[in-house]
Amino acid sequence: MEKTQNNKAWFLVLPVLVLVAFSAILPLMTVVNYAFNDTFGQNEFFWAGIDWFEEMVTSDRLHQALGRQVIFSLIILAIEVPLGIFIALNMPKKGFWASFCLVLMALPLLIPFNVVGTIWQIFGRVDIGLLGHTLAAMGVDYNYTNDPLDAWITVIVMDVWHWTSLVALLAYAGLQSIPQAYYQAARIDQATRWSVFRYIELPKMKGVLLIAVLLRFMDSFMIYTEPFVVTGGGPGNSTTFLSIDLAKMATGQFDLGPAAAFSIMYFLVILLISWVFYTVMTNLDREETR
Amino acid sequence: MSRITLSKLAHSYLANPTSEADYALKEMDHVWDDGGAYALLGASGCGKTTLLNIISGLVRPSQGRVLFGDRDVTDAPTTERNIAQVFQFPVVYDTMTVRENLAFPLRNRGMDAAYIARRVDQVARMIGMESELNRKARGLTADAKQKISLGRGMVREDVNAILFDEPLTVIDPHMKWELRTQLKALHREFGHTMIYVTHDQTEALTFADKVVVMHDGRVVQMGTPEELFETPAHTFVGYFIGSPGMNLFDAEIAGSEARLQGVKVALGAAYGPVTGRTQIGIRPDYVTISDEGLPVTVKRVEDVGRHRIVRAEFAGQPLNAILPEGMSLPAEPRVTFAPAKINVYANDWRVAPMGA
Repeated sequence: MEKTQNNKAWFLVLPVLVLVAFSAILPLMTVVNYAFNDTFGQNEFFWAGIDWFEEMVTSDRLHQALGRQVIFSLIILAIEVPLGIFIALNMPKKGFWASFCLVLMALPLLIPFNVVGTIWQIFGRVDIGLLGHTLAAMGVDYNYTNDPLDAWITVIVMDVWHWTSLVALLAYAGLQSIPQAYYQAARIDQATRWSVFRYIELPKMKGVLLIAVLLRFMDSFMIYTEPFVVTGGGPGNSTTFLSIDLAKMATGQFDLGPAAAFSIMYFLVILLISWVFYTVMTNLDREETR
Repeated sequence: MSRITLSKLAHSYLANPTSEADYALKEMDHVWDDGGAYALLGASGCGKTTLLNIISGLVRPSQGRVLFGDRDVTDAPTTERNIAQVFQFPVVYDTMTVRENLAFPLRNRGMDAAYIARRVDQVARMIGMESELNRKARGLTADAKQKISLGRGMVREDVNAILFDEPLTVIDPHMKWELRTQLKALHREFGHTMIYVTHDQTEALTFADKVVVMHDGRVVQMGTPEELFETPAHTFVGYFIGSPGMNLFDAEIAGSEARLQGVKVALGAAYGPVTGRTQIGIRPDYVTISDEGLPVTVKRVEDVGRHRIVRAEFAGQPLNAILPEGMSLPAEPRVTFAPAKINVYANDWRVAPMGA
């Protein structure tokens, strides 16, 4: 039977297309415009070609921010993924405590980013913060406003506190979907706890973990609000990640051309990494079934 | 390998069972002899799987003891019991190859590599998967996966027992027959105690030396297929085994006669006084249709090939009879029962004749 073709249906997509055009595509085009032109205000633009891109690609400042960004993302992935899995494995599977733990785990996720930042900013203060003051009283030399290492630790611990729940909840959902028969078979086969994790739980969680890693990677790679509220990118530039640097450049120094070129490259890098990551993971999956 | 004894065993899935209906398994004493091939037969939900899981240690019974030989294993975890169990739906380790799947239980017991390789090859041959040993298990079809599960169940030679929980449900019919034959062969060769749960009577009767019939959380009869057919201990056994099941009629029993709706029927033996709800049971195979005996109304005749099944009614109660090939139905059909083949039941349980 021939399928009826009715191209009029495309008009149904039109409203969405218009909305997206105004909310995303046009602003992005403005950024593109700034990236290839130089302007001194009054809506006067001078063609700059790829000068801004050249300047940004060779800029030490950007290299350093990128380096810090990559290290930050790798560290929080290395902590949050195993920790999330560990928490999910130890959460109760049913009953009152299961719901209780779910709510408890969901709490950090419900807190707005700048509130999380403020909480930790105060929590870590040496003069009045519970954490900072306690550490100082114990004789630990902790001060996130002076010491780059302390600032890094604070920012990382804050991100772990805020986002490990997401990994844990996803992993928990993956674990809950494993039929009881698998655990029973493993007991019959006299498998060790490690084997159960390695051959049953981990393979069954793979799909959700892939999503968790992807989400956490993207989110951490564009992190802005929380470290900005806590450290403002300091001390010095030690916690200036890519988006903080970008915001400084664009709205602090009004270097709109370089900032626009920077944004476009930043966007493309995230797109590229996510695409590579996703393709590699799904291909691995396909090869295994062969 | 050892004898498995269930002593005063009962199980309820509720924390505080109050009435007998709360128990998935009612109190029972049962012995599975070492090296026996048993089929556990019963309708869905009668407690078969619970019983298996108690034997393998996946479920701890609410009361009673489980003994392997003389050792009390009631509180021993599954891993200590060294028992194999195959489930209704296939369980394979996705990321492993077929070979690794089959070797897994042996690896966990720390067997040496040469032995594992040899044993895995043997088992692969048994289940007909030699050519797929190096494939990943996850892409396989459901029945290939179930064959792997069966293989994993059979791979250990020193297990105390192998439990099969309706293992052939997902396997296609010709392979079913093949695998059942393999299981039989395996049993003859190694003499493991095997308990095979099924609700398919053909499967049960072809696999086992002894068939255990369960009904409503109880073992109602254990016996050879012939005993189950000729002298069902409970009306459920009579109804569940045989196709169609046993005919049952309410009757008054007096000596060596039964009275059905005022009609006298001769019994093969004399019975003492029988109380409660009394019934007589007769297999359709032992009902003869001719022009003498009890008058029946024929509702339907089904041709099943070798013979025909006559669905009739006697005094408003259904009655099935087998009409051998070549016989025709009389114009006014009447039936007679072979007296020696009639069983008498009181409150669903078989009453033994006097002097038996």
